[in-house]
Amino acid sequence: MSAGRFGEYGGQYIPETLMNEIHALEQAYAHYKDDPAFVAELDGLLKEYAGRPSLLYDAKKLTAALGGARVYLKREDLNHTGSHKINNVLGQALLARRMGKTRVIAETGAGQHGVATATAAALLGLECEIFMGREDTERQALNVYRMELLGAKVHPVTSGTMTLKDAVNETMREWVSRTADTHYVLGSVMGPHPFPTIVRDFQSVISREARAQILEREGKLPAAVIACVGGGSNAMGMFYHFIPDKQVRLIGCEAAGKGVDTQLHAATIARGETGVFHGMKSLFCQNSEGQIAPVYSISAGLDYPGIGPEHANLHATGRAEYVPVTDDEAVDAFEFLARTEGIICAVESAHAVAHARKIVPAMSSNDSIILCLSGRGDKDVAAIARYKGREIHE
Amino acid sequence: MSKIANAFDHGKAFIGFVTGGDPTLELSEQYILAMARAGADLIEIGIPFSDPIAEGATIQEANLRALRAGSTVEKIFGLAGRARAQIQTPLVFLTYLNPVYRYGYEAFFARCAAVGVDGIIIPDLPFEEQGELRDICAANGVDLISLIAPTSKQRIAEIARCATGFLYAVSSMGVTGVRSELNSGLPGMIQLAKATAKIPVAVGFGVSSPAQAKAIAQYADGVIVGSAIVKLVEQYGEAAEPHIDRYVREMKQAIG
Repeated sequence: MSAGRFGEYGGQYIPETLMNEIHALEQAYAHYKDDPAFVAELDGLLKEYAGRPSLLYDAKKLTAALGGARVYLKREDLNHTGSHKINNVLGQALLARRMGKTRVIAETGAGQHGVATATAAALLGLECEIFMGREDTERQALNVYRMELLGAKVHPVTSGTMTLKDAVNETMREWVSRTADTHYVLGSVMGPHPFPTIVRDFQSVISREARAQILEREGKLPAAVIACVGGGSNAMGMFYHFIPDKQVRLIGCEAAGKGVDTQLHAATIARGETGVFHGMKSLFCQNSEGQIAPVYSISAGLDYPGIGPEHANLHATGRAEYVPVTDDEAVDAFEFLARTEGIICAVESAHAVAHARKIVPAMSSNDSIILCLSGRGDKDVAAIARYKGREIHE
Repeated sequence: MSKIANAFDHGKAFIGFVTGGDPTLELSEQYILAMARAGADLIEIGIPFSDPIAEGATIQEANLRALRAGSTVEKIFGLAGRARAQIQTPLVFLTYLNPVYRYGYEAFFARCAAVGVDGIIIPDLPFEEQGELRDICAANGVDLISLIAPTSKQRIAEIARCATGFLYAVSSMGVTGVRSELNSGLPGMIQLAKATAKIPVAVGFGVSSPAQAKAIAQYADGVIVGSAIVKLVEQYGEAAEPHIDRYVREMKQAIG
């Protein structure tokens, strides 16, 4: 069995053409992750450019409205580019540059990872091409233009279901065609080893900060941390430094779309089965023939038929729990948070808010929970309006 | 020694590919038989997958056509079995790991043996991950066919040493599909493999014209053609048989 396993999950199921490249990435990462100059450069960018550390916000009105545990919001939405994606992208872009690459490519769903990648590429002087499902380029037209403003070329992907899964397919096809000068900035804790580890490490800054911040505020660990899960990068970042703290519940909220009993969902843990796809052994929404299922969510960022292998293992071992949240619940939570706290969050993050509304009232007021607010919601405003039956021209 | 060795024991081998169930199960069976009659030395049958990441547009479309037409793994076992009853040509599957995984490794390769499939090519199963299949394939007499690519370099010797059936040399960077020019490092790549192991090496990805095939046959043991044949199926549909017949004869003559 190859390297990069989380229990039975993970591995490197990719074409031979990419194997030397992926091994070069493994070696480069193993070297630079402990290289003081690399670490200092990344820390500097996270602080001076991305705006870290992100706030741990004591959401008093939300706490009062729910009437249970004290709710803290980890404000990844306040990062430069408006989501947690920048944490990973800055790390990978620096790594790419150290590897002598002059060009980066990436997939994107909602456009947050694409915007973050285009941003890092602009800052570090790298050529950038983004692959985005055509359906998503329509759902998130503003983000397409944002990427173009940042100097990236955006390729609408017209194969398959024209969403995130197909964007990953096309980015992999592009990488197989050109590795010498090109690094694939994978956006989530998925794909072949070492990506799930690299992305988790770069995102783990979220829980490293949050753990210290909550201990300072509360003098004890939270009862739970909660995050939305598509591929699972913000959740993995939010969970990571709490994994050894067995008393802290780790809760991932996946997209149930119109409901897990319909065909229209992206609830990989609830409905997926073990398989091998996109370079990894993990859980996937698929049919009995092993064909990858079309998935659906109001949230383009959670609209993915798989989940990162470390999540699959946290689920298998029972260390983390995963719950489905529907479109309706997420949209309600989106509006609820806006009115209660004056925060318009990403519809992805609203899935976590929705689940917090269900569990917080039953928790002790002596306890706290941390909710990872992974992104801001500007990009979703028009889509939410449409969902509510109002047509807004962006 | 598997049946695949026969494909290479009478001159240079021509290896043709069709997607099982494209455009229908019956027609793909007819095209397999036509290729065999026209002189194909080995035939690859694609088991369609929803997301074939190593394929270019032509074979992606063929996969989707076959799935839409109701192709399933079980039906392709049936197709392979019927073909085997009519022709002696070695047959290998080409598919992605997930359909095999979902079917169950043991059951899948037992079925291969039962219907007479001689080998399998899995583009998303690199050398390091072959361990989970190697023993099961061997126990069922199915050759697990390894690929080498222009980027493989120091990996080639190790891959060649462990290879069974034949070695599939990927001609160029990128996905499958017709190309006008192939990688100039190809002869060196094949030399490296042949220096390590006594195994036939066939070249695929991008090969379409008789001239290309002739050039490749100077240094390789066989040529593999996928997209160019699938394009004939795409273009002529149920009337593709004479076109496939003519094409395979032309290619076979070019390398002969």
